[in-house]
Formats: sequence, structure tokens, C-alpha cells
Amino acid sequence: MRYLYTMFLLLVPLAAQAQLRVFSCEPEWAALAEEIGGELVAAHSATTALQDPHYIQARPSLIAKVRRANLVVCSGAQLEIGWLPALLQKANNRNVRPGSRGFMEASSFVLRLDATQNVDRAEGDIHPLGNPHVQTNPHNVAVIAAAMAERMAELDAENASVYESRYADFATRWQAAIADWETRAAPLSGKRAITHHKSWVYLERWLGLVEVGNLEAIPGLPPTATHLSQLTREFSDGGADVIIRSPYQDEKPSKWLEERTGITAVVLPLSVGGTDGATDLFGLFDDIINRLLGAAQ
Amino acid sequence: MRVDFVNGVFLFLVIGFSSGVLAQDSDLDLLRTELAELRSDYDARIADLEHRLALAEQNQQQASLLTQSSVPAVNIGSPSSNPGIGVIFTGSAWNYSANPDGYVVQGFPYGGEAGPITEGLALGETELIMNANVDDKFSAWLTMALAVEDGEAVVEIEEAWVEATALPAGFGAKFGRFFSSIGYLNSRHAHAWDFADQPLPYQAFLAGQLIDDGIQVRWLAPTDLFLELGGEAMRGGQYPASGAAHSGFGSYSLFANIGGDAGANSSWLAGMSYLDSTAIGRPSGDEDDPFLFTGDSRLVTAQAIWKWAPNGNWKEKNLILQAEYLQRREDGEYSGAGLSPTQYKVDQQGWYAQAVYQPVQRWRVGGRIDSLTSDNPGPAFDETLLAAPLNDPRRYSIMMDWANSEFSRLRLQFTRDEAGLIDDNQWGLQYIHSIGAHGAHTF
Repeated sequence: MRYLYTMFLLLVPLAAQAQLRVFSCEPEWAALAEEIGGELVAAHSATTALQDPHYIQARPSLIAKVRRANLVVCSGAQLEIGWLPALLQKANNRNVRPGSRGFMEASSFVLRLDATQNVDRAEGDIHPLGNPHVQTNPHNVAVIAAAMAERMAELDAENASVYESRYADFATRWQAAIADWETRAAPLSGKRAITHHKSWVYLERWLGLVEVGNLEAIPGLPPTATHLSQLTREFSDGGADVIIRSPYQDEKPSKWLEERTGITAVVLPLSVGGTDGATDLFGLFDDIINRLLGAAQ
Repeated sequence: MRVDFVNGVFLFLVIGFSSGVLAQDSDLDLLRTELAELRSDYDARIADLEHRLALAEQNQQQASLLTQSSVPAVNIGSPSSNPGIGVIFTGSAWNYSANPDGYVVQGFPYGGEAGPITEGLALGETELIMNANVDDKFSAWLTMALAVEDGEAVVEIEEAWVEATALPAGFGAKFGRFFSSIGYLNSRHAHAWDFADQPLPYQAFLAGQLIDDGIQVRWLAPTDLFLELGGEAMRGGQYPASGAAHSGFGSYSLFANIGGDAGANSSWLAGMSYLDSTAIGRPSGDEDDPFLFTGDSRLVTAQAIWKWAPNGNWKEKNLILQAEYLQRREDGEYSGAGLSPTQYKVDQQGWYAQAVYQPVQRWRVGGRIDSLTSDNPGPAFDETLLAAPLNDPRRYSIMMDWANSEFSRLRLQFTRDEAGLIDDNQWGLQYIHSIGAHGAHTF
């Protein structure tokens, strides 16, 4: 009986919280939810910026989180195909099933690049619906923020005005920040980049970087020695200004190429928390641009 | 186009200079540098212009996307075709030092499809999977197993279930034919196993895996700790049940699982389950002259799984520790195989423990011990396969596998078998490949 009482005490405060519980697949959407919702939101990200969001386990802790979520926000475009369907299936939460108002596929609100009709797996991990890493262009983030604010106001109608005003404030600060980033990043336009994985196409589009190669010969499969030596030959006399990888990607291939070609290798945070500087969404782009400016001199 | 034009102009200039003027080497160098500078300057400006144009286009398109629909299509993991169709290919080459034809484990006559992997080169089960959402409240899953048995192609409906996806309050329900959620390994598809075969307790107590027709209800607690409770009612047509007792409500099960994370690197799952089944004339042992069991069969399982990966980055490096304990009590009557009907009441236990480690991408190594123990059913069963074994049946296995991608795996396995009548060394190669839609794997 005492156990039951204790259990009851444990459960009641959880139920009494008025917060909107947001479950995000990637840290950038949790950060965005916090920007818009502030104290009204309790956001939890399934992955950290040090994890590859393509490959994580559908862990029990995540199932428990989805069970209680009011809103699930994920990049989508099949980025989480290996684990999100299992989470949603096991979590028994009808309010966040795809197609319901409690589910938001962030990348569906923006124009996805590199969509393809060809789904031959011999070409590796390709996303037929387009590249899912949309968060690397702040213009995309602005669009998704608007959609998220609308969704939050709908799900938590009582506080709708708070979400609206917080969003308006965020949007103003964000546009100012974009203007600043674009001024600072002007020298990066036309710089040529080799990237580990095709994670940066939106950043490249935004800043005018030119992608001249990938360390992965086939997307999603680790870089091979043959492909790396080929890159070494191709870029031994320059031809590229920077080698980019994400924090969770093996540093060896980019270091290897850096040593042989003299092209600077740099780690860019793919999401909030990926580097010490990327403390929030503003810090994320500050840090990306600082690091690129430092590397692509 | 513009780049080509500019390059053309440069080329023209270069040809003009080099043919018209016999310049000094130093002049040439100077010219080359200036040219290179000019070119990169133009390249950059052109790239900048193209980029600005692209951005403008993109913003315009995005604006139209936003106004068009506030509920865009959802593509989180849904297959690109409806229904999603996938095929799983398996096969093996297995070698035994003793002939596996008469393979038996003393005290544990196998039922159903339990038994050693086919000797020599052999096609395993080929599975055809189809799944999709039925509508906003149901989803459905079909697995057809295509196999060759005694030279004939056989199509079996392995799984065919419908799931209710819109139940309130954390409930979920599934009906049709499905893998029971008892234990840990029972509900895992063969292509997701870490070893080529099931451990001894699964072979002896569940004939490999329990699949039956029925209904399953699951409830998930609204807590940060993962807590899942569930139960199943089943027809009782499959080992360890038989004969669809109680008018076709022959078996039921209960299961409970808890789980969580331990820091950023580790996560765990632990559970218990109970299976109550009734058998009417259940065959086991020799296929042509089987033992027949009629009575109650109760099974209790306890299991724990620990998974570790640095920073939770599964792809690079990981470790799985897994162990299960199964206890069975059978109370009834054995006949057949020359036995006159004889009372049989026995407690039996089985367990396995395994570790699988992935030190680098693509490669994994693993080890497993599996074992059984049995009480003696009494002198009436002396000299039969049902008598308790002198030594606990036990096996030791090691394996190494290589996965080029998550869709292909090649495995080498060695097993020291001290469970059969003759101690045996077995080794084999196995392949598991899949094409098409592939369901996300659970923990």
C-alpha cells in the first residue's frame, strides 16, 4: 500500500506539469523549441550533436520520452528511418503519430535539395526525398521556426499569445543575425570544400561554397583507402580550400588528406552542442562561420 | 555556360599572347600568375552571382511552399512505395564433425522446427515482408517465409498482424499471427540475431521461437523510466502448446519490461515474462514416431540486456551484453514412441549469456554459452530420450561477422556442442542480405 502511495506521488507531479513536452530527433529542433517556447516548453533531444542521427538505437529511454511527448519534431526525409519508426510504434502515443498535429517533419517545410528518383542502394545511403540536413541554412531555420510556433500555439492554445510574441522576438533577432553572418561570411563565397559526408549542401548553397568532393566514396559507407588516394592525387596542387567534417565523423580520413594536400581540415558543428562555441542556435552559426573563416584563409 | 565563355576568352588571350609574342620566361610566369588571379577572381564572382540567384529562387519557392500547405506530407520513415516491400535472403554452409541427422538433446526432445542448421550448402528462409499503415488508426505487417522442405517449395505465413495505432492512454494492441513478446530473443527476427542459431533454451522450450495466432495488448507507463506491461491470448496451436486447447484459447502470456539509459554511453533493458500453455497430443522428438505430450506447460523468463557505445554513436563501436534465464514446468502425461501413457512432472531450466563487440565499423566478434538442466522425470522414463541427461547439455559458440552496410552481413561461427549425444565441433558460414523496405529495429 505504501509503495502504491509512493508511486502515486511520483506520477502526480508529472501529470500536473503544464509544460508542452517536445521530443526532437536532433538537438537543433530542441534548441529552436526552447527559443520559441521558453519556460513553457520542456524539450528533449533524442540525439546529441556528437551522435550520427542516421544511426542510433531505439532505446527504451527514448520510447518512454515519446510516450509522454506533446510534440515530436524531426528532420525527416528518412534521416531517422532506422530508429524513429520503431520509437513511434513502441511508444503508444497517438497524439504524435505521423499525420497528427503533434508530429512535425521539419525538412518538409523547406525546399529539400538533391531529391532523386534513383534509389539504388549500390550508391549508398541516399535519401530519395532529398538531403535531410536542412538546419545548416539559417533561412531554413527561420521558415521552420514559423511553422513550429504555429504548431505550439495550436497544441497549447492557452498560451498561444506567448508563443506568438516569443516567436516574433526570435524572428527579429534571427534576421538581424543572418544579415550579420552574411556580411562576415562574404569572403567565403566561391571557396571550394571537400566534405566527409553530404551533410553541408544547405550551408554551401547559403554561403556560396562550392563542394568539390566527398571523403566518403559512397554516402554512408566509411571512406576507403583507394578513394582517399584518388582525392590526394586530385587535390595535391590545391583545387580545394577546406576539408569539412562533423564532430561525430572519424577524424582520420580528413587529417590524412590534410597532411598530404595541405588543405586545412576543419570540424564544423552540425547542430547545437557540436562544438564548445555552438551553445545555442545563434552560437551554432557564429561558430560555423568563425571556423570556416579561420580555415579557408 | 558563363564559366565556359570566360574560360574561352582566357584561352583565346593565352593563344594570342603565346603565338604573337616571344616573351621571356619571367614575363610568361608573370602573365600566368596574373591570368590565374584573374580567373579565380572571375570564378568567385560568378559563383557568388549564381549563389545569389539560387538563394533568391530558393526563398521564393520556400515562400510558396509555406503558403501552399500548413500540413505537408510526412516522410519520416515511410517506404517510398505503399505497401513497403522487402525481401530477406539467408543461407549457410555448415559443417559438423558428427552426422547431425540424428541430433537429439537428452531430456529435451525438440518440437516444431528446432534443431541443428542444415548440413552443407543450404538456402535458409527467404522472407518476403510487406507493411504499411492501413489508415490513420491501423497498420499491418505480413511476413511470408519461402522455404524448401523435402525438395518442395513451401510458402508459410510467418507473421500477419494488424496493429491498432490510435488507442488512448498509452495502450497498444496487435492481432493476427505474431511473434510472442515473451523473453527477449523471441520477438526478434532471425535476420537480427547475433548468432546463426537460437540458444538451447529457446530451442528446447519454444522450438526456436513462439509464433501463434492471437491478440496482444501493451501498456506503456507515462514515466521517464521505460515501463511496459503486456499480455497475450493465443490459440495454442504452436509448441509448447498444441491442439488449440480450451476451444482455441489455449495459451496466454504476461510480460513486463523496464529500461533506461546509464549516462551517454550505455542503455539497458530488463524484463520478465510468463507463458501458460496447454498441450493436447504435442509431438516432439522423432518426426515419424514422436512423443506425444498432453498437459500443462508453464514457462517463466527473466532477461537483461546492456548496450554500450561511446557517446551513443552506434555505428563506430559498440558492445552488447545479453543474458536470459528460462524455467519450465511441465505437468501431464507422455505417450507415443513406444511409451504407454505415463505421468510426467518435471522442472527444467535453461540459460544463455552472450557478448558481441564491434571494435571498428563493419566488424563484430561475439561469444555465447548456452545450457540446459533438467530434473529426472522418474524411472518410468529411464532409457528414453525424456530421462534427465547425465551432464547438463551445453554449447560454446564464437562468431565473427562483417557487415558492408546495414543491409548485408556475412558471418563465420564456430560451436563446440556438448549438448547432443556426441560432443561435436561445428562451424559454418552464413549470409543475411536484404533489399527493399526494411523495418526499423527495436532495441
